[in-house]
Amino acid sequence: MPSLHLAVAIDRADTHQAAPYLESALLAEHGSLDFVTLGDSFARPGPDALAVAARIAPDTARIGLVPTVTTTHTEPFHVQAAVATLDWVSHGRAGWALDVSATEAEARLFGRRRAAPREELWREAGDVADAAARLWDSWEDDAEIRDVASGRFVDRDKLHYADFAGRTFSVRGPSIVPRPPQGHPVRVVDATAPQARETAARHADVALVRAASAERAAAARAELRGLAARFGRDPRTLLVFAALDIDLGDGEHAAEPGHGGGPLPTAGGPAYRGGPVDLAELIADWHRAGAVDGFHLTPAEPRRDLERLVNGTVALLQHRGLFRTFYPGSTLREHLGLARPANRYAALTGESA
Amino acid sequence: MTRRHETAQRPKQVHLAAHFPGVNNTTVWSDPASGSHIDFSSFASLARTAERGLFDFFFLAEGLRLREHKGRIHDLDVVGRPESLTVLTALAAVTERLGLAGTVNATFNEPFELARRFAALDHLSAGRAAWNVVTTSDAFTGENFRRGGYLDRADRYTRAAEFLATARELWDSWTPDGRPRPFAHRGRHFSVEGEFTAPRSPQGHPVVIQAGDSPEGREFAASAADVIFTRHGTLEAGREFYADVKGRLAKYGRSADDLKIMPGVTFVLGDTAAEAQEKATEIRRDQVSPQNAILALEQVWGVDLSAYDPDGPLPDIDPDPDSELVQGRVKITDPFAVAAKWRALSEAKGLSIRQTVIETTARQSFIGTPDRVAADLTEFVRTDAADGFILVPHLTPGGLDDFVDRVVPLLQERGAYRTAYEGTTLRSHLGLREPVWKG
Repeated sequence: MPSLHLAVAIDRADTHQAAPYLESALLAEHGSLDFVTLGDSFARPGPDALAVAARIAPDTARIGLVPTVTTTHTEPFHVQAAVATLDWVSHGRAGWALDVSATEAEARLFGRRRAAPREELWREAGDVADAAARLWDSWEDDAEIRDVASGRFVDRDKLHYADFAGRTFSVRGPSIVPRPPQGHPVRVVDATAPQARETAARHADVALVRAASAERAAAARAELRGLAARFGRDPRTLLVFAALDIDLGDGEHAAEPGHGGGPLPTAGGPAYRGGPVDLAELIADWHRAGAVDGFHLTPAEPRRDLERLVNGTVALLQHRGLFRTFYPGSTLREHLGLARPANRYAALTGESA
Repeated sequence: MTRRHETAQRPKQVHLAAHFPGVNNTTVWSDPASGSHIDFSSFASLARTAERGLFDFFFLAEGLRLREHKGRIHDLDVVGRPESLTVLTALAAVTERLGLAGTVNATFNEPFELARRFAALDHLSAGRAAWNVVTTSDAFTGENFRRGGYLDRADRYTRAAEFLATARELWDSWTPDGRPRPFAHRGRHFSVEGEFTAPRSPQGHPVVIQAGDSPEGREFAASAADVIFTRHGTLEAGREFYADVKGRLAKYGRSADDLKIMPGVTFVLGDTAAEAQEKATEIRRDQVSPQNAILALEQVWGVDLSAYDPDGPLPDIDPDPDSELVQGRVKITDPFAVAAKWRALSEAKGLSIRQTVIETTARQSFIGTPDRVAADLTEFVRTDAADGFILVPHLTPGGLDDFVDRVVPLLQERGAYRTAYEGTTLRSHLGLREPVWKG
């Protein structure tokens, strides 16, 4: 059976201090989870997610750090540089949850352009993801040579112009930041909304889907992987996680008779309400059925539910040999079993360098 | 001008900050002790040294496009660096008191997003954030951004001033007791409205730093900055600049204490004066490699001089004032005058190309024994040529070790420097008041 992957949201309502986020990330790391996510939006009170991830990076050791950074109203060049830098400061543990800012309220905060339909914004998000990957590749890994004899610090033949021209922006490159430790930090896209699906299939390493049953999750996964294959990707490089809100406030077992421990449909998507033991059952069942590669869980009550998740659900999955008890690698890509991407520009020059 | 006294008894104190040496030829990357300019450990190590030395802040420059020379990426100096704000936020985890200053361009950013990122740095560092506001009108840099290179040179400071004013409106938009209130700014460059996402941060506003020696730059700093980062390395030039800038404050309702003047300076230490001089000469030779000497010459002349011998005489051809040879650097306004000056110097002293470039471009401000350097720094501050210094070491990450171990204790003995941090925020280190909330 392929490895099971687990990620958890560590968002807090309106906390601007580092300590609560760090506490959650350390707990998740204690459970050997793949990564934690930090949501973000310009439209609600809360700290800059990438900043929080950078702040907790030196105080954590293995856990992946995946902040949301919107591709609307931001500069693609700055965004890719910030995400690459998060990868440098965390020694290869950075991810990036791409999102769009679709409301008029967000547009007015910038005053640069009007709100646009989600289809357009997700197309732009795809362009931003593409441009970012090119900029991450714009430095070959061994571009820094420090050759005293010739006086050259870098081999400029190993630096490349991205020359990306999209529908809403263009970027010349190269990046200012050398290629990050993971080559490409891990890109996560919530593919629940149909408008986001193509961008997820083209550019994501991890796609999130919301499904109320293992069958529906499996169907969503098959669809995304099929799309990825159509776009010329090896579908195995796209991991699909079920996104689930969890409320573990009800003792050891599910207190909702009749739904058999499965998630309940709610306005915000499927939600699991019950105990950590039954959640472990659900995760094991879905995983055994091959429905998904992993789960992204969002606790209803950040402190309580994360604690129950790690010490209850995760401990049980580990006990049954279904989930790792330590990190065999050090980068987020290694946790996810994803290879470090080859550099597209190095591939062009081959051995000639 | 009345001399500044932090307390009635205590003489004027020296402020110190550390510049992470990066993309320039101050950095001697060929030295075996030169470490990575990218790995976080280099930043953490230099920042910890600065904090051990009780420095006010740690300063990062910014790059938005790799420099080019003759249409190709410049490859002789350090190239590439991580993004400043992300590194500084991570440094907040490994330091406790040190201020964290990031250079971020006001031309290729938007006020809402940047105000938010600096508010986050200030919150996550418990009050240690600073923003060095810079501008560019350069279409070359603009090729990396949505905005492109449209901005007129004349609009640089008006946009920057409005940018900063807008950021301050955002930082003031929450009430001191933590309630968000809607903001609206309508101006020439920005028209934005809504609700800011962060409460008022520990310093009220992050400290604002400004660099620039032009009259517009001085005026902008006098009206809006907390710290001005200058280049005036001599005592006379420093005093003149100091008097000029501090003299501009009153018309903005500000006092001399509201703006700290901190030149960026280098230093070389030795056990004797002769040893320090010898070391300084060696560093300058390392900074100006034969290839760098030709390149420096090409930057003045604007023509390809690669056929010249760096150990031979200067070329006797004229510069090309319309040259597009150099990109991403400040253009020399009168290349004929610079070329004439270099030629005269070379002829008078019998200097080769490389020697001439070493003489004219290598900046070394304080050379001597630790005692001499401590005395010189103290004199600069006590005679109002500066309020402090931004030290630019030539090595990463160990370039401040000697200074902190050997000069700082001597400054303390002289009563010119703190022996412990007295507050927790950068504003408190700098002796700056928290900005009044303009609700």
